[in-house]
Amino acid sequence: MRNPLTVLKRRLSEHREVRTDGGTTSAGSILDRDSVRSAPFWLPPFLLIGLFIYGAIAWNIVLSLTDFQGLGSPDYSALDFENYVVAFFGGTPSWSELTVSPIWNSAWNTVVLMVSFSVVCLALGLVLAILVDQEIRFENTFRTIYLLPMSLSFVVTAKFWLYMYNVETGLVNLFLGAVGVGPVEIVQNPDLKLAAVAFALIWQFSGYAMIVYLAGLRAIPTSHFEAARVDGASTLRMYWRVIIPQLRTATVSALVVLTVFSLKAFDFLFSMYGGYQPGPSADILATRMVREAYSNGNWAYGSAIAVILFIMALAIVTPYIYSQYKRGEL
Amino acid sequence: MSTETGRVGEWSLFGHSLRRVVLYGILAGMGVFYLIPIETGIMTSIINPASYTGSFPYLPPLEPLVPGTGTFSLEPWQGAIDGLGQGLVNSVILVVPATIFSGLLGSMAAFGLTTISWRGQIGIYILFVAGIFIPYQAVLVPLTQFWYNVVPLQAVFEPLAVLPFVQEYHWKLVALIITHTAYGLPICTLLFRAHYKKLSDEMVEAAQLDGASVATIYRRIILPLSIRMFAVVFIYQFTQIWNDLLFALTIVQFGDAAVVTQDLVGIGVSQSGTNFPLRMAAALLAALPTLLVYIFFGDKFAKGVAA
Repeated sequence: MRNPLTVLKRRLSEHREVRTDGGTTSAGSILDRDSVRSAPFWLPPFLLIGLFIYGAIAWNIVLSLTDFQGLGSPDYSALDFENYVVAFFGGTPSWSELTVSPIWNSAWNTVVLMVSFSVVCLALGLVLAILVDQEIRFENTFRTIYLLPMSLSFVVTAKFWLYMYNVETGLVNLFLGAVGVGPVEIVQNPDLKLAAVAFALIWQFSGYAMIVYLAGLRAIPTSHFEAARVDGASTLRMYWRVIIPQLRTATVSALVVLTVFSLKAFDFLFSMYGGYQPGPSADILATRMVREAYSNGNWAYGSAIAVILFIMALAIVTPYIYSQYKRGEL
Repeated sequence: MSTETGRVGEWSLFGHSLRRVVLYGILAGMGVFYLIPIETGIMTSIINPASYTGSFPYLPPLEPLVPGTGTFSLEPWQGAIDGLGQGLVNSVILVVPATIFSGLLGSMAAFGLTTISWRGQIGIYILFVAGIFIPYQAVLVPLTQFWYNVVPLQAVFEPLAVLPFVQEYHWKLVALIITHTAYGLPICTLLFRAHYKKLSDEMVEAAQLDGASVATIYRRIILPLSIRMFAVVFIYQFTQIWNDLLFALTIVQFGDAAVVTQDLVGIGVSQSGTNFPLRMAAALLAALPTLLVYIFFGDKFAKGVAA
């Protein structure tokens, strides 16, 4: 192990000597650049993500322009935007004999789930963080319990809540029965489906919002709390006027992460509904995409939906990364 | 403020101000909210399915002491082990190398893009960070095409299957390992970069003046200072990869290479109805590795998610 290293070192120092001798060849200076010398470290991972993330996204965009359907391989000779026309307006595409419905229903569900889930998560997380920040005893225990569901997978969470929501034996219905509300069908009820999904996801991820807010609260200098107290502000006023405005960064970063989590809720819905069919009232773009491609074999159409989903994520993430970059926080 | 606490302080219960009592009440109530689905699952998972009534899902099986709660049995857990065994083995084969590779490569990338500073590295780094937020749907169809039609992994594994412990279907797990390594890289790089930015430059500069190569700086200085961060990253990645369903569903699809999350989706459902004790035992068994990691290394997990 030593030997190659010393050889490498010697080679590097020889190389340096050449340069100090005045041999300022352009090859020498390029090789000596830090970007090149550190390339063995960053280049292989970069190539890996370049191929798997950016290469795949580019390939996916091209695939979305084909008519790739069923078995066989895609034909790249005739590219058009037909899949996007079908995605927005519906109709019978050339690659199918059946009418394909547009994506509006699942797009709407995606937005509803995204907004309700992230807003409630943030609110609950903020309240919990403020409560935990009151110099309480057993702080670690409470924090551990609140974050516990986050260590579970979507699949496991879905199994637990499928049981919780069960009409006959579920705890939710036992609770509703205790307050006089008759057993309610939740999981298969078109009116409640999406809310039930959002609620279970809030159960899983509000602890995350709490952790982010708690870190934000701890970063605020105690002098700000004290100053507000000296001014005679009530606790509620103090948090509303002084503390919460300072949590903007925490809010934005938690919001971005939670939003992206909700775009990825596919695993949860697949597990909850035991397959590709969550039904129209709980169908989101993530489930629609996978169903079109992997269940119906409409690969190209699935790719087009994926591009739309990707653009939605980009619209949320780009401003965030840009602002992080501007503030030098990357 | 001080007068107000004084006033509230007069309302006291066992020497504690009412305010504190309400505070602890809410905190405990929320604790119950987060724990009860898991608690219910545990209790249900140790009920003999034949005696299961579902009247008191949150109570342990106390029959004949408490009628309606069912009798104690480990039968659901036995069933879960039988049903998920192969999936658990596959998940372990997948998760261990994928976690190590993504952590190591992430550390190397962060080192090359942070500790050694050069112009333009931020542009490369932004491409890494953006990768965290990609909805994976945007790469699924190309991934399936890549692993099934472009890379002849299956053909490579056909002759290897004569070796002990190697099966032909393992090619799908290798594909999954590489995929998870690639998609785990962005978050690993971000976590390591946050750590490396905090390290002082002096040591690295001194080493560079001494003529240490980039590789020596990484091995002798940075790697020993990264041990704790590796713990955070490994725990985070372990949880992420163990819990994933989407990539497994689209790359493994079905068959012998199915991982535990795939097997869990369909377990406990038959034509005679849902076997809740079996299903809960299976859910808990599938969650057990990440739950144990969380319970023993919770602080590190919290660090990982907060970054």
